[in-house]
Amino acid sequence: MSTATTRAPQRRTFTAAASNYIDERTSVSTFVKELGRKAFPDHWSFLLGEVALFSFLVILITGTFLTFFFQASMAEVEYEGSYVPLKGVEMSVAMASTLDISFDIRGGLFVRQMHHWAALMFVAAIGLHMLRIFFTGAFRKPRELNWVIGFVMFILAMGEGFTGYSLPDDLLSGNGLRIIDGMIKGIPLIGTWTSFLLFGGEFPGTDIVGRLYSLHILLLPVILLALIALHLMFVVVHKHTQYAAPGRTQQNAVGPPILPIYAAKAGGFFFLVFGVLALIASLFTINPIWNYGPYDPSPVSAGTQPDWYIGFADGALRLIPPGWEFVLFDRTWSFNILVPLVGLGLFIATVLIYPFIEAWVTGDKREHHIVDRPRNAPTRTAIGAAGVTFYAVLWAAASSDIIATHFKLTMEGVIHSLQALLIVGPFIAYFVAKRVCIALQKKDREIVLHGYESGRIVKLPGGEFIEVHQPLDEYDRWKLVSYESYEPLMIRPNARGKITVGQRLRAGMSRWFFEDRIAPVTKGELEAAHHEHH
Amino acid sequence: MNRSKRRTGRRHPLATAALLALGLVFTGGAYAAFSTTTAQAEPSPTSQETIEEGGKLFQANCATCHGLEAQGTNEGPSLIGVGAAAVDFQVGTGRMPMQMQGPQAEQKPVQFTDEQVKQLSYFVASLGPGPDIPADSLVNGGGDAANGAELFRINCAMCHNVAGAGGALTEGKFAPPLTNVSGVHIYEAMVTGPQNMPVFNDLNITPEDKRDIITYLQYVQDNRSPGGFELGSLGPVAEGLFIWIFGLGAIVAITVWITAKSN
Repeated sequence: MSTATTRAPQRRTFTAAASNYIDERTSVSTFVKELGRKAFPDHWSFLLGEVALFSFLVILITGTFLTFFFQASMAEVEYEGSYVPLKGVEMSVAMASTLDISFDIRGGLFVRQMHHWAALMFVAAIGLHMLRIFFTGAFRKPRELNWVIGFVMFILAMGEGFTGYSLPDDLLSGNGLRIIDGMIKGIPLIGTWTSFLLFGGEFPGTDIVGRLYSLHILLLPVILLALIALHLMFVVVHKHTQYAAPGRTQQNAVGPPILPIYAAKAGGFFFLVFGVLALIASLFTINPIWNYGPYDPSPVSAGTQPDWYIGFADGALRLIPPGWEFVLFDRTWSFNILVPLVGLGLFIATVLIYPFIEAWVTGDKREHHIVDRPRNAPTRTAIGAAGVTFYAVLWAAASSDIIATHFKLTMEGVIHSLQALLIVGPFIAYFVAKRVCIALQKKDREIVLHGYESGRIVKLPGGEFIEVHQPLDEYDRWKLVSYESYEPLMIRPNARGKITVGQRLRAGMSRWFFEDRIAPVTKGELEAAHHEHH
Repeated sequence: MNRSKRRTGRRHPLATAALLALGLVFTGGAYAAFSTTTAQAEPSPTSQETIEEGGKLFQANCATCHGLEAQGTNEGPSLIGVGAAAVDFQVGTGRMPMQMQGPQAEQKPVQFTDEQVKQLSYFVASLGPGPDIPADSLVNGGGDAANGAELFRINCAMCHNVAGAGGALTEGKFAPPLTNVSGVHIYEAMVTGPQNMPVFNDLNITPEDKRDIITYLQYVQDNRSPGGFELGSLGPVAEGLFIWIFGLGAIVAITVWITAKSN
């Protein structure tokens, strides 16, 4: 710098003095040195978790504003605000105060919409973040627990969303609560008791909004914040994962350090997320409670759906064929409720413990800091594709009526197709995804061994035509050859000379996972290929 | 010289065009004069001329399915006693004459002039007593929107959606959106129950209540959402689709942009 020559030695700037003042009292420099020099590998998909975090911050900020004006009471009042088609209508204080936020408090509608849009974004970003983690195998040792923490946060986020959706006490939210009430009552023996406990008597009662409010603004956010802290702590402890590239090993993390550039980028990114949400909130209506009116148990609007993240559960209820209900021992057994409850419970549990299942199948006890390209773990990718399909079909089923009207189909046709797709779809997705992965691996192998097709045709002196292949440079080749290839485990007798059922199961699973595989190109193969070309 | 002489007078090259224009003006003028003279006689439910004209239109356009005496056939129901309101709704919204058999009669461009619709309506009304076309005072708004909104939510929203965006019924049938329907047609639909819609007679919902419902729907039509674009007023499905495609799409584009710079 040009100033370097004129700079007086020992001149104390304000920044230096201030930093020194703080450091002498807090010893923060050790912390900054440690954290500030942490490398953060750069890839767009590594920022999805940050999107979720930033959306959550937006939710906290806007939510705090809303608590200033929202009153979580189900006392009846006559609406006297400025929205004409609701004037003089009896409604709960919760609904009236939400209408006041929307129509009579300056900026209230904007903040309310931003809160709601940010909530949708929050859960969507978590979903996409989880898919990235799953398909790149970033949940493997040592990150299994962090996967579990993240997944619990996903469930809590859905809980946050649903409790928030229920607070305005409008028609839509009341219908949603009625479905929850029905599902709880469908549980044998304890269902009715649980429902009365939750609602403080017969649905809807006068307690539920206040109770959900406590959960929504106190308990769930506190747990979420604690888990976010833990989640991020683990990211620091484990270091971030990275894609394979020259110089990247299981022992290091290559990328720009957090300070100064990365921190500035992340800070800027927060404002971009904030800006996108503000833009959406200012341009697009969300949850127009003034259309829905106050909750009344009798009406249900066409197109009544939960927010998107509860859609899969609503879809599961819609796809159950009629008549799955019978009376036995003087009790009604509602399998139309129980099957979705148990089915979704199993699905969620499987996703939650998937890292442990895969670790058990591979028997791999090493740490993994280099993430997989999805194609290089074909069975995992295929299982993921099947899971995504299963979820997507349930999700689509929640909008079966909208699909029917907008694509001019019959409701029954949509439901029956989705029922079939729910069973068949995951299998099709599994096989297609697996074949695509293996085909892509074969293509990679071909490129590594023989290079890219250059499209340049050369006529040899003997009259033969050949296409010239462009060989790969070493950096690109590294990315294509460095991945794990497991072989199926052999069944081995244990110390007592016996082969246990668990062993057989594990061997079977291992065969299922790794029977079809494309091994990475070895050095020998590479040399042989080069020899052949030159 | 001879040739230039031929280019004047009735031999002028533009003479044909002029003649054609003249002819058109006369025909059009005569037609206009003719149609204004008939329009002077407003169709009236008691006028014999109106009913006769309606009868002719009926024979030509409706009798194939509804029968020569409107008594009904296997293809279409009897229209005796359906009243003027039913015809004014079905024909006035273009649902009749029906384009094709299907789950329900679809809307299409209206096939008749307002006058012809009235003639048809009064012809059918003359066959037997039925609900009449409502008075203007009942369909032009001016009622209690709050009462109308509540009645709408209780009686109509389960099929038509709280914002009148429409909804699905069974077997490919559907409740149409009410976002562009005139007050008179809404009223007529309530009293006659077209397609799969139930009848809301005057004991069920009084004429004043019907006026309130129309007032509410007109309020929703005239006052767009204070929150911005409505995404079709379809509720959470449209919102979810929007956040995944446009919201998250924009965010992912930003993440790609942020990380692309440093490479």
